[in-house]
Amino acid sequence: MPTLAELTLRFTLLSLVAFGGGNATLPEMHRIVVEQNHWLTDATFTELFAIAQAAPGPNILVVSLIGLQLAGIPGFLAVTVAFCVPPSLLMYGFFRWWQTHANPVWRTQIQAVIGPLAAGLVLTGGGLIAITATSASGSWTTVALTAATIPLVLLVPWNPLWWIAIGAGLGLLGFI
Amino acid sequence: MTPGRTPPTISLGELFRGFCLIGLSGFGGVMPWARRYIVERYHWLDPEEFAALLGLGQVMPGPNVMNLSVCIGQKFQGWRGAVVAPLGMLLAPMIIVLLLGLAYLRFGDQPVVHAVLRGVIAVGAGLIIATGLKMLYVYRRRPLALAIALAIIVAVGGLRLSLLPVVVVVLTLGIVLERLWGRR
Repeated sequence: MPTLAELTLRFTLLSLVAFGGGNATLPEMHRIVVEQNHWLTDATFTELFAIAQAAPGPNILVVSLIGLQLAGIPGFLAVTVAFCVPPSLLMYGFFRWWQTHANPVWRTQIQAVIGPLAAGLVLTGGGLIAITATSASGSWTTVALTAATIPLVLLVPWNPLWWIAIGAGLGLLGFI
Repeated sequence: MTPGRTPPTISLGELFRGFCLIGLSGFGGVMPWARRYIVERYHWLDPEEFAALLGLGQVMPGPNVMNLSVCIGQKFQGWRGAVVAPLGMLLAPMIIVLLLGLAYLRFGDQPVVHAVLRGVIAVGAGLIIATGLKMLYVYRRRPLALAIALAIIVAVGGLRLSLLPVVVVVLTLGIVLERLWGRR
């Protein structure tokens, strides 16, 4: 198991490449925590993801859950701080600079690259969870539910909570 | 909103309470709620200001809603606001997630927990893929943007490369290409 210092360092570094927010960092988190260091199994990783999805608040709280699982409450706090504070400081400094040196053209150009970069990372994250979940359950119903969710979410403007509740219900009844 | 309006004064307490509500409302993603509260309910920002600050938050690393809360806090209350706003948004959800996490450590070996989570995972993966598709849809007429997204999926998802070098290479190449023959 990793030490607190190691966890703090890993998640600080991760926070600095976390373009596109929480779900966009899922592939890198999985690479570090599951593939490279074997700190968590695939099954636990995806279950922690599910808990963070079902809870209110920013989805990045999955990092806090990983910290809790690996090093208890100190791990929870260390990882949360490591993941939230460095980007906040960067944002603070950048926004101060921006307020006096605003250059909308330059920002539009960077945004035109970061936007699709983040979209690619989010799609990779979703695909990774779907593949991991399917190989863990070995059941076609998992794939079917994921595939059915995508158009429903895009076409029916419900609060995501309802889709999550339906998923939980189907799981509870043993369909998945 | 009239263009010449004076910016509202928002106290630290109001920032904390407002972001607390935003954080607690956000199931499966906070951003739509952030917009609903900040623009439509509290009128802290007009839609253009909101879009501009959100855009700034998106070009920086870190969770986008957290970056947004830092900017809004700073705009109204300086560094104190930049501490209070993200704290307000994260504190209550952190406590809830901690309790859920502790429950998982205690009862995570029960078959019924796995059964429920299997359903949530399958739906959650769908929710995220849908979000990614929505993000990409904006760029559907821009070949360079689609190429960037594809390159990321192949490099990070397919080849399992480390994120930092991939981001550095894609950002540099992307910005150079964008400047050369992006939209004029």
